[in-house]
Amino acid sequence: MSGLLTPLEWEALVLSLKVAAWATAASLPVGVLTAWVLARTRFPGHALLNALVHIPLVVPPVVVGYALLLTLGRNGAVGGWLYDVFGVTLAFTWKGAAVAAAVMAFPLMVRAMRQSLDAQDAGLEAAARTLGAGRLRVFLTVTLPLMAPGVVTGAILAFARALGEFGATITFVSNIPGETQTLPLALYTFTQVPGGEDGALRLAVISVLVALAALMLSEALARRAGALTKGGDA
Amino acid sequence: MGDFALEVEIDAGPGVTALFGRSGAGKSTIVNMLAGLVKPDRGTIRIGDAVLFDSARGIDLPPDRRHVGYVFQDARLFPHMSVERNLAYGMGRMDPAHRSPQFARVVEMLGLGALLKRRPGALSGGERQRVAIGRALLSNPRVLLMDEPLSSLDAQRKSEILPYVARLATDFAVPVIYVSHAVEEVVRLADTLVLVSGGQIAAIGAVEDVMGRLDLAPITGRYEAGAVLTPRVAGHVDEHRLTRLDLLGHAMFVPQVDLRHGETVRLRVRARDVSLALTPPQGTSILNILPATVRELDAGSGPHVEVALDIRPGHGELGAPQPLLARVTHKSMTDMKLEPGTPVHALIKAVAIDRHSLGGLGHGTQRKER
Repeated sequence: MSGLLTPLEWEALVLSLKVAAWATAASLPVGVLTAWVLARTRFPGHALLNALVHIPLVVPPVVVGYALLLTLGRNGAVGGWLYDVFGVTLAFTWKGAAVAAAVMAFPLMVRAMRQSLDAQDAGLEAAARTLGAGRLRVFLTVTLPLMAPGVVTGAILAFARALGEFGATITFVSNIPGETQTLPLALYTFTQVPGGEDGALRLAVISVLVALAALMLSEALARRAGALTKGGDA
Repeated sequence: MGDFALEVEIDAGPGVTALFGRSGAGKSTIVNMLAGLVKPDRGTIRIGDAVLFDSARGIDLPPDRRHVGYVFQDARLFPHMSVERNLAYGMGRMDPAHRSPQFARVVEMLGLGALLKRRPGALSGGERQRVAIGRALLSNPRVLLMDEPLSSLDAQRKSEILPYVARLATDFAVPVIYVSHAVEEVVRLADTLVLVSGGQIAAIGAVEDVMGRLDLAPITGRYEAGAVLTPRVAGHVDEHRLTRLDLLGHAMFVPQVDLRHGETVRLRVRARDVSLALTPPQGTSILNILPATVRELDAGSGPHVEVALDIRPGHGELGAPQPLLARVTHKSMTDMKLEPGTPVHALIKAVAIDRHSLGGLGHGTQRKER
């Protein structure tokens, strides 16, 4: 495999996968919780929370990246605190790239999960409550297993979106080879130099193949999760 | 919820209490309030000494702490669990020493042994409902709520499940609140009948008393209006495939049912299947002729008159008169000079008796309708 790819391509691919995997894994619990809150509860700030979750989908990614830089940068309110307390720097590191990717992919993840929650019969949760299960047990034994297909779909959609993240990433963590230069950023770099067309095309093909593989895996996993939660003999 | 006003005061005893009324009358809302799935504006809900809800004292127990078993209309089995795991879901509330024997008992009584490893998706509607009943029973409930558990099933499945439901209250010593708009289920199962109409309690009492009241016919359904009689099985006439019943010393014949001698039967007689005569007719095909007294007449605007009767006890019988309803024409009422106190004979065709409402009340015995 490494023979097929140049060291630079290999580096960008591995970094992209690492960033996307961390972005997906770290936002998964938050995504499940947010989807549950949006689907199952009603409170005064409900519409506002829903809008906030969807913001990355509708504003230019550069704006999100800039907002991240202002808040999570070394001089930002949250970023300064993170550095002082934990010694963690997000700006201009691959961790920051993961944060940017997670924020941008978050709406897609939550939407997929919420759809599967909305399709789920809330009456099953009521039935579980009457059988003596508290909210947490109902969530763990009924809600979560039944929304599994949505969780899988949401996670893979988010992973694919994170792989392709560009605008927010380049704004927040810049384009540093080996640290923050993911596939799209490497591709962008090739298009900016004379004679970079071949390299750009190769990276484009790699990106498409990885995204295709992720989507097909998502379909297969969602179908399996669906079969497990629906009928048939045990 | 909207602006649904519901004002009820029910004091349900042991046995089966049926909430009966049309769709939208508020029956389901009442049981949802008992289960804690809907919050009443004010009032109190108690089971024995346990206060579940009291608006004045700010008590509102969550559904999982109410110890209320709930059998939903749509079963609501967990699709990702086997029947066995569904049944066991609520057993945590039971004393550990009782779990295994009680599980075996419920599985045996509801005939679930062959289904345990299956998923709900592979069950028929009737099987699903039986599992739902078992699951609710195994959650160690202080009261069992059943919200139209049979309404989504066809007649065949209904008659398959009714006998199980009829035995629940006594076999498991748990009071049952049973919601239904099907009169034959109510007649078959209920000890106490609560008639719900427009969010109010229209009547509450023994099934025979409530069904025999003229003023409630608009709520129970005028076309289907009919009284409920409780005779005892006095023998079987095999060559005619009939069962002989004894009602206050009078003989009655109905299509043969598989019930033991001496067992009390509950049967519903629709008002439109009862004719009246001033003298006992001779040479008639009608097998059931009961002496009665007119109690009340209700002449509506149409050609019909609803007549409430009291069946008089035979010689040496101590039982109280049983109410019966008849529907006759306005012309007959005038010709026969019917008025309160008129002695008449009520004629009931044996074949008109609603087989679905024929059920024994002798609890604890296995029985089957033919």
